[in-house]
Amino acid sequence: MHSPAITPLARTVIARLGSGFVTLFIVSLIIFAAIAVLPGDFAKVALGRSATPETVANFQRSLGLDRPVTERYVSWIGGALKGDLGLSFSSGSGTPRTVNSIIGPRLKNTLFLAAIAALVSVPVALLFGIIAAIRRNSWLDRSLNALTLVGISFPEFFVAYVLMLLLAVKLPIFYSLARITPGMGAIEIAERLALPVATLCFGIIAHMMRMTRAAIINLLSSPYIEMAKLKGTAPWIIVLRHALPNAWAPISAVIAFNLAYLIVGVVVVEVVFVYPGIGQAMVDAVRSRDIPVVQGCALIFATAYILLNLLADVIAIATNPRLAHPR
Amino acid sequence: MTNEQGSQSGEVSKGFATSTRRQFIGWAGLLALGASLSPFDARAAQSAPRQGGSVKFAINDGTQADSFDPATWQNSYTQVIFGGTLCNALTELDVTGAAAPDLAESFSSSADLKVWTFTLRPGLKFHDGAAVTVNDVIESYRHHMGPTSSSAAKALVDSIVDIKADGDRNVVFTLSGGNADFPYLAADCHLVVMPAKASGGIDWARGVATGPYSIEDNQPGIGVRMKRNPDYHKPGQPYFDKVEFVNIIDVAARTNALLTGEIDYMVDADIKTLKMLEQNPEIEISKVSGLRHFTFSMNTSVAPFDNPDVRMALKYAIDRDDIINKAFLGNAKTANDNPVAPQIAFAVNPLPVHSYNIEKAKEHLTKAGLTSLTVDLSVAETAFPNAIDAALLFKEHAAKAGIEINVVREADDGYWDNVWQHKPFVGVDWLGKPTCDSLFTTTYASGAPWNDTAWKNKQFDELLVKGRAEPDKAKRQEIYGEMQQILHDDGGALVLAYALFIDAMSKKIAHGPIGNMLQCDNFRMAERWWLA
Repeated sequence: MHSPAITPLARTVIARLGSGFVTLFIVSLIIFAAIAVLPGDFAKVALGRSATPETVANFQRSLGLDRPVTERYVSWIGGALKGDLGLSFSSGSGTPRTVNSIIGPRLKNTLFLAAIAALVSVPVALLFGIIAAIRRNSWLDRSLNALTLVGISFPEFFVAYVLMLLLAVKLPIFYSLARITPGMGAIEIAERLALPVATLCFGIIAHMMRMTRAAIINLLSSPYIEMAKLKGTAPWIIVLRHALPNAWAPISAVIAFNLAYLIVGVVVVEVVFVYPGIGQAMVDAVRSRDIPVVQGCALIFATAYILLNLLADVIAIATNPRLAHPR
Repeated sequence: MTNEQGSQSGEVSKGFATSTRRQFIGWAGLLALGASLSPFDARAAQSAPRQGGSVKFAINDGTQADSFDPATWQNSYTQVIFGGTLCNALTELDVTGAAAPDLAESFSSSADLKVWTFTLRPGLKFHDGAAVTVNDVIESYRHHMGPTSSSAAKALVDSIVDIKADGDRNVVFTLSGGNADFPYLAADCHLVVMPAKASGGIDWARGVATGPYSIEDNQPGIGVRMKRNPDYHKPGQPYFDKVEFVNIIDVAARTNALLTGEIDYMVDADIKTLKMLEQNPEIEISKVSGLRHFTFSMNTSVAPFDNPDVRMALKYAIDRDDIINKAFLGNAKTANDNPVAPQIAFAVNPLPVHSYNIEKAKEHLTKAGLTSLTVDLSVAETAFPNAIDAALLFKEHAAKAGIEINVVREADDGYWDNVWQHKPFVGVDWLGKPTCDSLFTTTYASGAPWNDTAWKNKQFDELLVKGRAEPDKAKRQEIYGEMQQILHDDGGALVLAYALFIDAMSKKIAHGPIGNMLQCDNFRMAERWWLA
């Protein structure tokens, strides 16, 4: 009569998915409401100061902005559920431009940049974190700690500008613009993305590394590690085989947090290096008051955050089955 | 009909003669202006235009929502790239600021200035090789007209009652009233000619037009690559083989890209780093005073601004030069409460020149029956760049004349909806209009849509109607001179300064005198510039 071991895990995952969905629903309400109460008339901003009241009214009618808010919300969220984020305000007569077609390529670019930054930063952060934990309080640990503190303390735009000044203007090694165009070779893409990736890594490696170090050090004082030590196991084996598997929960949480940040928070880096990502798309859309695009970006950001945190939860539960039995 | 034809040829030849003379005066003036503002690059001035090469221009306000639809062009990205480089209108603003023929080889009007005839150049072709017909012109105008239009240029074309073809090359516009400045209106960058569709309307979606360059690759909000149009109607032009426009919003990124040679030209250089750029021997800074101007606008329909002496006291209580030096770091020109920039046709500089004069300010306060005055001045950073600093300096200046100015910092968001035209005393950023008539009609006539000073002057309104329909240039000069004087003496706009367009470019680029109406050489830098 004993149910299989997988069931509590599956049940927890389903429950988490459900709560993630509810969160997303609430977030969508907040996004819509926040944008609805923003000051400034969108039609007026879109048409510029030269617009006459008559043109504004024509524009609002053509966008359906004269319909009640609730009706607009329902049609928006209904479409979003089917993966259709609606039409951009920039749709001219007879040439509909979907929000998806505007955000799509930008999202792909952002994911590409985020993936490269993650591929570089996650292994480096884990490696440094483990080394620091093993060599706790040595000069290596201290200097890594100091370096990461510096990395966390500097704002991104500052790091970006310093890197740009040093490695593009003074020493012209890399490009100051990260514009990638279709048909560009892999080497040129790598050269162009070097500085933005470095900027992103600078901030997040520090965060992930310190968390890894703390989690492992925490575990290194547990009785079972003492046991392994007494058996004469090498420090490397102890960390990799005994400590690390139990440290995955906090480490995956901080990695997920940083990956979400890579997707959601790279606006500054995208603007500084002129990288055509979704962050810049959202900034553009806010400036030009292209509300469907703003809403679409916000929804994608929220989804990315919720999904990645969900993933971290699942990893935590999978590596620590006790979490699958909430009290 | 014959009558009209006769007046047509007469008008045309007269128009050409004056345009040449004006051109000469304008160039001489520009050279003087250039000498005073920026050292002219000797190499650029000497080298004759030559063809070949490619160039990258950086513009700063593109968005991914930008499209080829001329009705939607609001930012300088679309206006420079699509309006000025991809397309042509019937006329264009030449380097002197005059309305010169572009797609039209000539234009003329009936005696009452109500019926305008434009004759297209022979053999005009679109980028796809199709011939430009009169029907394309008509549909291009209709694109902005009609009661349901949401075009940015709707107000411009509202006075057009009828457009019709007359033969293969003539387009005849009938206006609701006489308008001597109609050729200026036709130069507006929205009123470009695109291919008509068989079903009516224009086919703008393909990005096919008549301009000096055709589209190779267009990525909205990121950049546009373009190549030379071999069929271009201006002999010899354009000069570059390829041009690329890049959208770089961040000014530091733009500056770095120029310094590293990734771009050859940047619009809107940062005045804070201008000194550094000026020291770079590879870079030229161009400073051009355009139509754009900044005002502190007073609502003349509410107290205390309904008293002309109070307005005058405030006009004398501001030290414009101090604000230009401190808030704009010298990058603006002093204005004399006249919104008509000096390069606009019929502009005058009304007397007395309003300068900082505490005695006069106090005198006008006494005349208004006041010993002291307290007013609120609403500003935000969007009002115009550094508006808050300018307002705080104004507060200091006015305090010495016994006028207390409370500087109210408003939110940037919604400034134009909730503050401008709502609060009685506000900072305003005006992009300017190329003619006296369009400026006065939209902003200073009673009931004009942007009359933010709520100023009403019967004499001014009468002169406006008279000036618009007056064919004689000398009489128009008289009328517009008088109007500027009235506005200067009585109006509610404290016109503080004319802004400068400050751009930086590599010395690889050569150019002649730069047009001083709109930015980027009146939007046509890609056509007019070449490689040194």
